[in-house]
Amino acid sequence: MSNEAILQTGVGGAHTAGVHEEHHEHHHHETFITKYIFSQDHKMIAKQFLITGMVWAVIGGAMSLLFRWQLGYPNEPLPMWVQDILGKWWVKDGHITPEAYYALVTTHGTVLIFFVLTAGLSGTFANLLIPLQVGARDMASPLMNMLSYWFFFTASIVMLSSMFVETGPFSGGWTAYPPLSALGDASPGSKTGMDLWLIAMALFVVSQLLAGLNYISTVLNMRTKGMSMTRLPLTIWGLFFTAILGVLSFPVLFSGFILLIFDRNFGTSFYLSDIFISGVGPLPHEGGSPILYQHLFWFLGHPEVYIIILPAMGIVSEIMSINARKPIFGYMAMVGSLFAIAVLSFLVWAHHMFVSGLNPFLGSIFVLLTLLIAVPSAIKVFNWLTTLWRGNIRFTPAMLFAIGFVSIFISGGLTGIFLGNSALDIHLHDTYFVIAHFHLVMGVAAMFGMFAGVYHWYPKMYGRYMNNTLAYIHFWLTMIGAYLIFWPMHYQGFAGMPRRYYDYTPWVSFDHFEGLNRFMSTVAIIVFSVQILFLFNFFYSIWKGRKVRTQNPWGANTLEWTTPIKPGHGNWTGEIPEVHRWPYDYGKDNREFIPQTTPVGADENIH
Amino acid sequence: MATTNTVSAAPEKLWGGGRSPFNVEYGKIMMWYFLMSDTFTFGAFLISYGTTRFATNAWPDPNKVFNTFPGLTGNNYPLLFVSLMTFILIISSVTMVLAVQAGHAMDKRKVVINLILTIIGGLAFLSCQAWEWTHLYHEGAWWGRNPFPNWNGTVASPNFTNFFFTITGFHGFHVFSGVIINIIMLIMTLSNVFERRGHYLMIEKAGLYWHFVDLVWVFVFTLFYLV
Repeated sequence: MSNEAILQTGVGGAHTAGVHEEHHEHHHHETFITKYIFSQDHKMIAKQFLITGMVWAVIGGAMSLLFRWQLGYPNEPLPMWVQDILGKWWVKDGHITPEAYYALVTTHGTVLIFFVLTAGLSGTFANLLIPLQVGARDMASPLMNMLSYWFFFTASIVMLSSMFVETGPFSGGWTAYPPLSALGDASPGSKTGMDLWLIAMALFVVSQLLAGLNYISTVLNMRTKGMSMTRLPLTIWGLFFTAILGVLSFPVLFSGFILLIFDRNFGTSFYLSDIFISGVGPLPHEGGSPILYQHLFWFLGHPEVYIIILPAMGIVSEIMSINARKPIFGYMAMVGSLFAIAVLSFLVWAHHMFVSGLNPFLGSIFVLLTLLIAVPSAIKVFNWLTTLWRGNIRFTPAMLFAIGFVSIFISGGLTGIFLGNSALDIHLHDTYFVIAHFHLVMGVAAMFGMFAGVYHWYPKMYGRYMNNTLAYIHFWLTMIGAYLIFWPMHYQGFAGMPRRYYDYTPWVSFDHFEGLNRFMSTVAIIVFSVQILFLFNFFYSIWKGRKVRTQNPWGANTLEWTTPIKPGHGNWTGEIPEVHRWPYDYGKDNREFIPQTTPVGADENIH
Repeated sequence: MATTNTVSAAPEKLWGGGRSPFNVEYGKIMMWYFLMSDTFTFGAFLISYGTTRFATNAWPDPNKVFNTFPGLTGNNYPLLFVSLMTFILIISSVTMVLAVQAGHAMDKRKVVINLILTIIGGLAFLSCQAWEWTHLYHEGAWWGRNPFPNWNGTVASPNFTNFFFTITGFHGFHVFSGVIINIIMLIMTLSNVFERRGHYLMIEKAGLYWHFVDLVWVFVFTLFYLV
């Protein structure tokens, strides 16, 4: 690539001649395959995770448009070209079939949660930022890192292939509760589609384990000189806790899935008991309990939402401090609240099961523990707000998304307090209120964290900027659209409108939501097209974006901006720099920013 | 934050960066975290088993189920065979410790001998398990089938055999992986890989895994055979 050559010379010029020569020593020949496909460079693996996540985001997002079409325009046939793409299994008489509808909501949930917001978010930013920000040449084990991506890729292929089997993909909801998921005869989607779903998820768990072990040992073992744990940027703290959560909670899901595989294929009854099917008679399964699966699933399922949100929180904290030109408010409180959230996340899983037949006394304990999470969450929110307070805010696209994250996180988080109460949950469970809650607090908020991260670290990834005008359009339409889509769902939920229904027209009580549903579906289509605009901006800027000319375009303190504009494998051309201070010395002693590599001056203020 | 951003941490500080805070290489940290992760896998299985058993009225008596010994006639040897299996596995842990110790002393010959003994122990355990499974299969037990009555004579739930085969099978798979790892360690030792590296730390990590598998067996043994 000629651009690269030009940029590298530019970097050499900015440095001393000695550094320039040392750089050439590190340069070794790489083929296309070792550089772009089976790469062991953490920066390339990050890009692989990001782009695979983007592909899945488009697929999962497009699926949501299909079922939003069914909800918003139940009487209008789908556009002809959409019908042609989907084919006979998915569309009948111009409408999504009920089987396809359930397959769509299931796959939408699964791929958005696991493939986009777990692999795409923490996979991207843990890989990109951990070595760069702790000051390491690469991950502890680059080979395992590469394997982690390829296990994820294989999981993706298996999941994708389940779209094309004759009986359709799995359609029992992303939680895959038995008996629906355990009995192949229960629905078409519970046949081959479910087997493929389980295989894909098992491969995904392996990918997460390999990745998580690597992240943890890199953060613990490979910090550069002077980089004590309390000098780590908050991104690293967020990603570190995420990795621990993943390593400890995914194996429980894995156990649950193994028992489910046995129930499906080997005649066991871990989750099955006393089932009578009309026309078939009683099934031989006895002694199992479907609630057991729910416990095993949600023991992962709840930490999983923090696996999604903690990296976003870290990214937002970092970007907010940089662009407010102020130290992050309450660094230790931020770390402490991350830790508290990580611990509490293991102790609240049964709040998903308040109406599943859980003992009410047990439920009351889970109410208490669930509501406790509001405390560290509120600490974080107030710290973000106080970081913004009287800052010299630069409204870069990344900063806008970071501020948007806080707004969305507050809106979605407050409804969590409603849902955490087991008494209120009797009414709100499985209604659109729940959909509104988790889409805002986990879906949109984490997406905002991801967008903020992409806009902010794009110069580090590709040595170019993304287009700001398109970015501002992207932000404002997404921000407004997210509220317009999900805010009305709270009202629908209060009115008792259940989720996962194919068609609400038979219910007179929901007739007055017809217009609202159409409105939400229309906004969803607009917001989706804005995301395509973002993707255009992303890929166009890789080759045509404005070039980055300075090493530290945002005036940030962290170590990744001490590397060359386009760092090679190994990140730093010379020695890895030593760290002398925490990463948040912004606006100190009338200096705009003081990078972590600057030694502490003798006359420097203590504050 | 006054302390962290003004006081310069001396490089020799344990958590100050530039070194491993635990004085171990990354591979060992990974192994410890992996073992924690695997603890949760087995924990989930065993807790599932416990809750299911707790929710069931009665359960077969392990003394009546596991009461034969290969080569001996009759069925009044309760838990004798599984005790032998447990003994074999624990002895293989001892030989593993000796291999690790020999590695610290850079004594290649002793490492080789003790690794071979450990591999033999692992294979012996797996053979015992294969015999036990075959025997139970011929008595009519398998996934979904449980011929053994409850201790009080009532018909038992198939979940007794379901959990038994799933969990001992999953443990056996771990032993099998451990044997494979140990064979790889043996080949690497014989081809002087560790001599060239100047340390036998890989053996130590394989040892951690092996001891973990033994420890899990102690729980499996307790929960399936003793109670």
